[in-house]
Amino acid sequence: MKYLTEFRDPAPAKALLTGIHSTVTRPWTLMEVCGGQTHAIVRSGLDQLLPASLHLVHGPGCPVCVTPISFIDKAINLAGRPEIILTTFGDMMRVPGSAGNLLDAKGQGADVRMVYSVLEAVSLAQDNPQQQIVFFGVGFETTAPGNAMAILQAQRLGLENFTILACHVLVPPALRALLDNPANKVDGYLAAGHVCTVMGLAEYQDIVDHYKVPIIATGLEPVDILAGILAAVNQLERGESRLENEYKRSVTATGNLQARETIDQVFRRCDRTWRGIGLLPRSGLAIRPQFAAFDAEQKFQPRAAPETDNGCLAGQVLQGLLKPPDCPFFGTRCKPEHPFGAPMVSGEGACAAYYRYQGLRSG
Amino acid sequence: MKNEIKDFPDALAKEAITLAHGSGGKFSAELIERCMLPRFGNEHLNRLEDQAILAMGSGRIAFSTDSYVVSPLFFPGGDIGELAVNGTVNDVAMAGARPLYLSLALILEEGLPFADLERILDSIKRAADEAGVVIVTGDTKVVERGSCDKIFINTSGIGIVADHVRLGADQIQAGDKIIISGTLADHGMTILTARHQLSLENAVQSDTAPLADLVQTMLAAAPNLHALRDPTRGGVAMTLNEFAQQTGLGFNLREEALPVNNAVRCVCEILGIDPLYVANEGKLIGVVSPDEADSLLAAMQGHPRGEKAAIIGTVGKENPGLVTLTTTLGASRVVDMPVAEQLPRIC
Repeated sequence: MKYLTEFRDPAPAKALLTGIHSTVTRPWTLMEVCGGQTHAIVRSGLDQLLPASLHLVHGPGCPVCVTPISFIDKAINLAGRPEIILTTFGDMMRVPGSAGNLLDAKGQGADVRMVYSVLEAVSLAQDNPQQQIVFFGVGFETTAPGNAMAILQAQRLGLENFTILACHVLVPPALRALLDNPANKVDGYLAAGHVCTVMGLAEYQDIVDHYKVPIIATGLEPVDILAGILAAVNQLERGESRLENEYKRSVTATGNLQARETIDQVFRRCDRTWRGIGLLPRSGLAIRPQFAAFDAEQKFQPRAAPETDNGCLAGQVLQGLLKPPDCPFFGTRCKPEHPFGAPMVSGEGACAAYYRYQGLRSG
Repeated sequence: MKNEIKDFPDALAKEAITLAHGSGGKFSAELIERCMLPRFGNEHLNRLEDQAILAMGSGRIAFSTDSYVVSPLFFPGGDIGELAVNGTVNDVAMAGARPLYLSLALILEEGLPFADLERILDSIKRAADEAGVVIVTGDTKVVERGSCDKIFINTSGIGIVADHVRLGADQIQAGDKIIISGTLADHGMTILTARHQLSLENAVQSDTAPLADLVQTMLAAAPNLHALRDPTRGGVAMTLNEFAQQTGLGFNLREEALPVNNAVRCVCEILGIDPLYVANEGKLIGVVSPDEADSLLAAMQGHPRGEKAAIIGTVGKENPGLVTLTTTLGASRVVDMPVAEQLPRIC
């Protein structure tokens, strides 16, 4: 609770804003990588208080948004099998697959259950030995340790009816892909504080060294985000490009070693298709062969239609190339009640954030 | 031996509800005599007729109905029985009415333990007494196992609205103040945590409570009270969006004025849920002319159901038809109508 009030306090926020206003002399574009940061920004209205020449664009850090359609289809395919109970975080329920979403599947009789923790799915497996429990494990480096732990726990418990449909993705390969794109106009990056908390900073130092851009490890509260922005514009105005840590209460250079070891124990790096962005080499985590018994893909061979394209421009939004209100479908064909693409669904999706909080300016 | 076999169904039926309890025969009658009349007996119910005949005094009648299907049945701070009384009593009271009479219809799932049923009926009795309403007619059905989730309850309520009381969205005017009777989101977050084994169960408690008496206190303190509504499903955001759409006025909230219990705020943060969208079961929102706002607030804070009442915003002509929120940082954003139940985010 202390952190909640402390890092939403208007007094330090205003001091940081004053600092940003007096520092910025030229137009700059910053990307906040994490969808949680996007929501904090629009929810608190931070972007309205920044200098007009400072642009924030939103990054790919929304797990729901980048999960490929084929994985939604696989989840729906598994959920429809009589022996399977598919468990998922609530966010995934309304994300459109190639035909319908998990909520539709549930309505048509599939056993889909929303859980709040992967351990809830493990308990469900213990309580229902006659049923196969599949957990739909999506997310970045933040959710991977928990899912890895769940597999280790299921192994310890001797469970033969618990598997994960794993579709984990990694931030640094996506950042590199953005930086390699000639259309990219981002001057500095606010790295996702929670991902850095787990993984540490080494991967980001490599990116800074290679691409010569400022990267600031940044938290998710308004005061954290403003501190990240101030650090970024300070560097940009001075022509610097360094890695900085503005989320010191959570991020260390090495990250959470135990969590990283757990990830490595259970997962290996793999190529992964990102929804709207495409195939990025070594950008995902797949379950290692020695844990195949806990891998829903290997165990059940779920079917999926080939990746389709409905014309949604989410890929451009997720790469900071398009602001949601500038999308031709925003608020017309695409609304939270009938989303065209995933960023309009998720609690962390940039389109949903704009739609929910910024009707004042778009309407 | 024979006697034992003959008695066996009887013995079973003493432990749990069977289809026989809904048959209209001996078991049904026993259920009424054993469970209903001792608790709820009154001059209307004791007639055991198919209807209650009620003499109403002067004034207009407020009439409302609601069904209750909550899971789990028992949760910190209350249970489905209490909810079924308070929910309908509050809907009637939001017209400014004094709730007087309640109907009680139960749909029971075969196998429901009698102990659970009696515990729920005790709660109904307690809640009805506190709200000052009498249960005057009722019905019980039993359905096969799997056809309902343990127990569904429907209650309808009747109350009297005094002639001079005119509450409704059509009375709201630009300049009015928006008042809430207490903290946001207690009930919804309690149900959520209880359903999902979050081990936070004791941190939060449902706010289920009857509000009729608070409403009478409010009417006495602020004769120009314009509208009342209880922000149940969809929370404060839903209620105010309804007002905004009905009136075509803008409803602006101040973020720092919104009262939220610390524990509830924490659980909301953990799950990524906005308390503005979470259900309340013992809170009301009042809209009142600005000259009466302070005296109304004082009167509410002096009532046990309104101790944490707060003025949370203002009605105006800006942003017509929208609910907006001025954030603690001084920016402003829209508080949109909820699309569906909020789903917790991944990380």
